[in-house]
Amino acid sequence: MQRYILNKKNQITLISAILIVLGFFGRFGLDNVMIFNGSLIIASILGVAPIAIQAYQALKVKVVSIDVLVTIAVIGAVLIQNYEESAIVTFLFLFGSYLEQRTLNKTRSAIKELTELAPENALKQMENGEFEEVEVDDVDEGDILLVKTGAKVPVDGTVLTGEGHINEASITGEAVPVSKKIDSEVFAGTILENGTIQIRADRIGEDTTFGRIIELVEEAQDSKSEAERFIDRFSKYYTPAVLILGFIVWLFSKDIELAITILVLGCPGALVIGVPVSNVAGIGNGARNGVLLKGSEVINDFSRVDTIVFDKTGTLTVGNPEVAEKEFYGKNTEEALGYLASVERESDHPLAKAVLQDIGETTISAVEKTEVVKGGGIVAKVNGHRIAVGNVALMERENVKLVKKAQKDIKRFEKNGNSLVLTAIDGELKVLMGIRDQIRPGVKQDLQRLKKLGVKNLVVLSGDNQGTVDLVAQELGLTEAHGHMLPEGKSAYIEKVQQEGHIVAFVGDGVNDSPSLALADIGIAMGSGTDVAIETSDVVLMNSDFSRLPHALGLTKSTSNNMKQNIIIAVGVVIILLASLLFSEWMNMSIGMLVHELSILVVILNGMRLLRYRLKR
Amino acid sequence: MQKAVIQLETLSCPSCMQKIENAVKGLNGVDQDSLKVLFNASKVKLDFDSEAVAINDIEKAIENLGYPVIKSKVKSA
Repeated sequence: MQRYILNKKNQITLISAILIVLGFFGRFGLDNVMIFNGSLIIASILGVAPIAIQAYQALKVKVVSIDVLVTIAVIGAVLIQNYEESAIVTFLFLFGSYLEQRTLNKTRSAIKELTELAPENALKQMENGEFEEVEVDDVDEGDILLVKTGAKVPVDGTVLTGEGHINEASITGEAVPVSKKIDSEVFAGTILENGTIQIRADRIGEDTTFGRIIELVEEAQDSKSEAERFIDRFSKYYTPAVLILGFIVWLFSKDIELAITILVLGCPGALVIGVPVSNVAGIGNGARNGVLLKGSEVINDFSRVDTIVFDKTGTLTVGNPEVAEKEFYGKNTEEALGYLASVERESDHPLAKAVLQDIGETTISAVEKTEVVKGGGIVAKVNGHRIAVGNVALMERENVKLVKKAQKDIKRFEKNGNSLVLTAIDGELKVLMGIRDQIRPGVKQDLQRLKKLGVKNLVVLSGDNQGTVDLVAQELGLTEAHGHMLPEGKSAYIEKVQQEGHIVAFVGDGVNDSPSLALADIGIAMGSGTDVAIETSDVVLMNSDFSRLPHALGLTKSTSNNMKQNIIIAVGVVIILLASLLFSEWMNMSIGMLVHELSILVVILNGMRLLRYRLKR
Repeated sequence: MQKAVIQLETLSCPSCMQKIENAVKGLNGVDQDSLKVLFNASKVKLDFDSEAVAINDIEKAIENLGYPVIKSKVKSA
């Protein structure tokens, strides 16, 4: 019976609205007080039923909830025969909670979209060797699963047979399909765009990368900041306090009308819902844009960050060194480049890749004898010539004479932040190449946006040499740049800056900089959602997309402001209501309830604005 | 100890959380510190001792408050 009434709440709301209209028509249209009182009494009793049931259930578990206040107020109003008030208050309360539910679902929509990406079914190999569709919960580790074109990969696993292309956007944010073949790793929630594969389930359910991302976001949207916990504690005592206040007022004034009005006006509606709504909308916007924020404490801290530390130049640069400058000496350049390419082809050094890319098509000769000189380069024999490829130290070892012009070029290249590759043929310098990393496109503008958002210090700490680091810093307008840094040095630096009173965010890839990620006020992992990054950081930028960083900072600022606005609205409404009860004539229960319900809708709508938040360009 | 995740129909009033919390905490065999009511996710997470209390009893305690349970998952912790 109780549950039946609760399930029919929406219908009850509608009927009581009709009854109220009917009552007023009876009074003002037909001048019939019987119809007026009759329909309003029915509306009151009908409307208060679900509220009273909820109140009773709350009291049973020792909670004085809003339902308790409203039920007492409505019963009081009926007792003093103010049926108009009792009917309208119950209707407003019911209609308000209906609208609340509808709008709340909107604020949660972004996160819901994410969780709905979770796979539900899998084709599992049964004992008879056939594949049968089962629920993803019924898949165990070690099971063999079939994934067809267009289907979602149900679990994290390894490809056993077949090949295909998988869209991993749900994990990495990267929409370009990745090719998978035997022994490739595949991830739950990603989509097989073409091909057919069989996989072995390695991790299932909440242990998959996608499962962990969802769990993280779900926990984050319900995590509470210090301020929220305070509000919770406060409202635990606030509602009973309002009840006692109403009782005291009745004792002294014997005015039931005044006492029950206080019960309605004192409802804490918007206060308890305001902050969670901002939180869920803000985190939802982030999740939709590849920014995972781990809770409302993180939002508050991040919004106040004034120093951002980058863990290495690789965050700001492409991480793919290219030949930036080159000089040639003497004749037979073409021949020299051919020899250089032939030697570099044998090497897997990152600089060698850059050199080969720069040379492009050329005549390759057979390399007869190769010797790798540690910390120097390579010496090899090609077509009877002795070819030395490496740094200045190698040239000295090989007794290569560096002419004045070459010495000057070397100095200039080094100053520009290049790593040097020199090529000598039979002891004579032929080619000098300067190789350096390129700045990522758009990084400069993104850093400027961060500054505009109020970040004062942008710092890079790098293991590279100081020259390289300085150059990047200069080009990007960073405030500080430190080279030759070891992981311990980085955390020591963060500690130092924190002691100076700054609030520090540390941006790293989560691979070997966990101490710094943990130590900083905000640890930001730029990674493809790797396990370590998800565990240790406060914020995860899903697809290493640097442009997400200003969005993340702007979003946390807006969310944090939004929470404050909602608290002000909620507290302000209660103060104004109580004040106008004392100082004005027009305040009554119905208006009080109306204002309350409106304030709840206002804070929800205000929170909803965050779903559409975008950084202004 | 078993670990349970109970999915409820959308919760819309924060005071529901307190009600559910108190109701579930009152049950014998529920690890009080592990109990978490997630308002936005509309989920209840808890550890419980399956010899002292059945998952059905926990679901019933919540449903009696007027919050329908959609599904629950139990794993041994």
